[in-house]
Amino acid sequence: MLGRTANGLFWMFRYLERAENTARLLDAGIRMALTRDLATAEDEWRSVIAAAGQKAAYEANHDTYTGAEAWNFILRGKDNPANVREMFGAVRQNARMARNAISGEVWEAINESWMRLEKMLARPIGQGSVSEVVRMIRLAGTLVHGALAGSMLRNEGYHFARAGTFLERADSTARILDIKYYLLLPSLNYVGSSLDNGQWDTVLRSVGGDRAYSWLNAGQMDARGIVEFLVLDDRFPRSLAFCHGALRDHLFALARLHGADAESNQLMREADIALSDISVETIFDQGLHDFLVNFEASNAEIGQAIAQDYRFLA
Amino acid sequence: MNPASENFDEMYAPDGSVRPAYAGFCDWYDTQDTKWLQRKDAEADDSFRRTGITFNVYGEDEAEERLIPFDMVPRVITAREWRRLTKGIEQRVSAINSFLYDLYHRQEIIRAGRVPARLFQDNAAWLQQMVGFTPPGGIYTHIVGIDLVRTGPDEFFVLEDNARTPSGVSYMLENRETMMNMFPELFAQVGVEAVSNYPRRLARSLAACAPVATEGKPKVAVLTPGVYNSAYFEHAFLADQMGAELVEASDLRVVGGRVQMRTTRGFEPVDVLYRRVDDEYLDPLTFNPDSVLGVPGIMDVYRAGGITIANAPGTGVADDKAVYSFMPEIVEFYTGEKPLLPNVETWRCADKDSLGYVLDNLGELVVKEVHGSGGYGMLIGPTASKREISEFRKKLTANPENYIAQPTLSLSTCPIFTKKGLAPRHVDLRPFVLVSPNGVDITPGGLTRVALKKGSLVVNSSQGGGTKDTWVLKE
Repeated sequence: MLGRTANGLFWMFRYLERAENTARLLDAGIRMALTRDLATAEDEWRSVIAAAGQKAAYEANHDTYTGAEAWNFILRGKDNPANVREMFGAVRQNARMARNAISGEVWEAINESWMRLEKMLARPIGQGSVSEVVRMIRLAGTLVHGALAGSMLRNEGYHFARAGTFLERADSTARILDIKYYLLLPSLNYVGSSLDNGQWDTVLRSVGGDRAYSWLNAGQMDARGIVEFLVLDDRFPRSLAFCHGALRDHLFALARLHGADAESNQLMREADIALSDISVETIFDQGLHDFLVNFEASNAEIGQAIAQDYRFLA
Repeated sequence: MNPASENFDEMYAPDGSVRPAYAGFCDWYDTQDTKWLQRKDAEADDSFRRTGITFNVYGEDEAEERLIPFDMVPRVITAREWRRLTKGIEQRVSAINSFLYDLYHRQEIIRAGRVPARLFQDNAAWLQQMVGFTPPGGIYTHIVGIDLVRTGPDEFFVLEDNARTPSGVSYMLENRETMMNMFPELFAQVGVEAVSNYPRRLARSLAACAPVATEGKPKVAVLTPGVYNSAYFEHAFLADQMGAELVEASDLRVVGGRVQMRTTRGFEPVDVLYRRVDDEYLDPLTFNPDSVLGVPGIMDVYRAGGITIANAPGTGVADDKAVYSFMPEIVEFYTGEKPLLPNVETWRCADKDSLGYVLDNLGELVVKEVHGSGGYGMLIGPTASKREISEFRKKLTANPENYIAQPTLSLSTCPIFTKKGLAPRHVDLRPFVLVSPNGVDITPGGLTRVALKKGSLVVNSSQGGGTKDTWVLKE
């Protein structure tokens, strides 16, 4: 496979994942804002924009944080180069570039989703339709991943696509946790107390993990439980441990197919050790923020190594 | 129902009866509910959009992806007609290939005085680097699209030979796919020759032209200008269907005397390059030193037998309209036979006498630029205004050798599906022809282009033309 095509597949799935994660963030924001008074809703939207990593771009052109402003900015803001519409455009453009490396079913899933979203995002999104847009973005991810699972040859292309997915997802979960860590920190001293569970609920909801967490923890909300769940629980498909496990498997599959252990495999092994040897207590001792910053940095290094190992660029 | 027309209509005879070729289709059509067909018509558009069969148009603001309109009524050719056409096409395509070989070698046709030397001397597509060089297998035109028009029951003419990088074959394939999805029962009732194996035939034909340097199974790649090219969909489609790599020039590099592509494992040689870029974007070292496009050194590798380029560089010298006007002589010179498929009568404005005639009869003629394409830069006398004619007269007088003229043909019509039922529209036909050392291979079908505007003779998609599924009936 061409290096350029591998690059296209990898980024197609990174952007798809990014769009989906952004939609989940928005979803959590909408839910929070609905149950809040205006002032706290404003805080919530500020934190959603921050978690999306778009605070600077937003504040350059907006003085206030209101729901409609925030979600239009995130979904389709012309002043936001990283809006969901652009992300999805990048998904499709990369898919076109790697057209002969994906199955017709994957292509049609992407193209149809893109057409539907383009139509929805052509005009400002009102209160009445924002949830539907968010649902469509999530559904797009479901469709494309389903088509991939059911129709793609398990060749290197498949592994590049999956590696892109899990690298991006790990990054996103770490970033959301990092932005919200201040919500979790005080709880160390308040184990068992009735701190604002609603806030924690948003953290879980932002990564689509609210129900799974409740199910596993019988509704017991505490910082320790949430961090353990999002970082170390390899049963939850958006936890750092799960994403890294999957990323490792796909990188090893690539190494096997290419008959050589690569730099990215080496870095992956180191990251694995770092994650498997740690307990939630150690994470809190070391500081959640520092832990996450290190994680994100090692993630980025792995991404660069993949591009290097498989000649993504000339 | 008889949409009367003074032109030859391929479906209806003048007495209103259905011609035999269309009997099977009409039997089916007459039993269909019009409302249901209208719904299907809209569905077809959706299906093209969903699968991404679009071409890119770049306006001032944003890129736009457009559909080429698709008409549901098939264009039908009988087995007998097709046999005749294929013989004529084979003869013509073989002659073009021989002509190219001759032009780049001994130029016997010029020595014999059958065509003037200015045909290549004045031709921008002439490539000095090809002189004395024989491409692998002696093949110049691996893929040719011959544009045919029809004026009567047995009157087919060649309008144009597309010997550079003919496009449109993806529409031949996708139009059929769409028709079969929409109306499966129709294909159970009427025996139609399959076109779906074209990509396999193409892959086989290209592999048969592999260069001497090939080791093992020939590796074929399609070279595209990139995702922004208007025909990108077709490039990706063909690569996908052939199981070939789709490369851009930036993926290629000359390493160790071979053209190699950058894969995830390192550089791997390409044996046959089906290029969908013009000559001047092939090799900056040969064509345009200031250009950053292309693969530096690919022409050296080519001349050393390290790669096959399809179609061969310099092939364009055989497909302008000045050469076209000499095709009868060219066919006769190389095959020793009279052309089976006639040319449309053509006046070369470079000749004084012809120019005089053309200037006197501008109102009745179609005048085209020698190097033009896409239906641009031409004058259609009968539909032009006085002012357009007088402006064209100035251009023509100033630069006569740049033009040829042809009579306005009464092109055949084939009905299209409209809100008010069937209505006749002018059509042409582009069959796709593959050439390899194993011979000439013509897929039974082609691209039928149709002028969607009533009375219009311009079928080009860039100017509002549409396409139809083209049926060659089984014996």
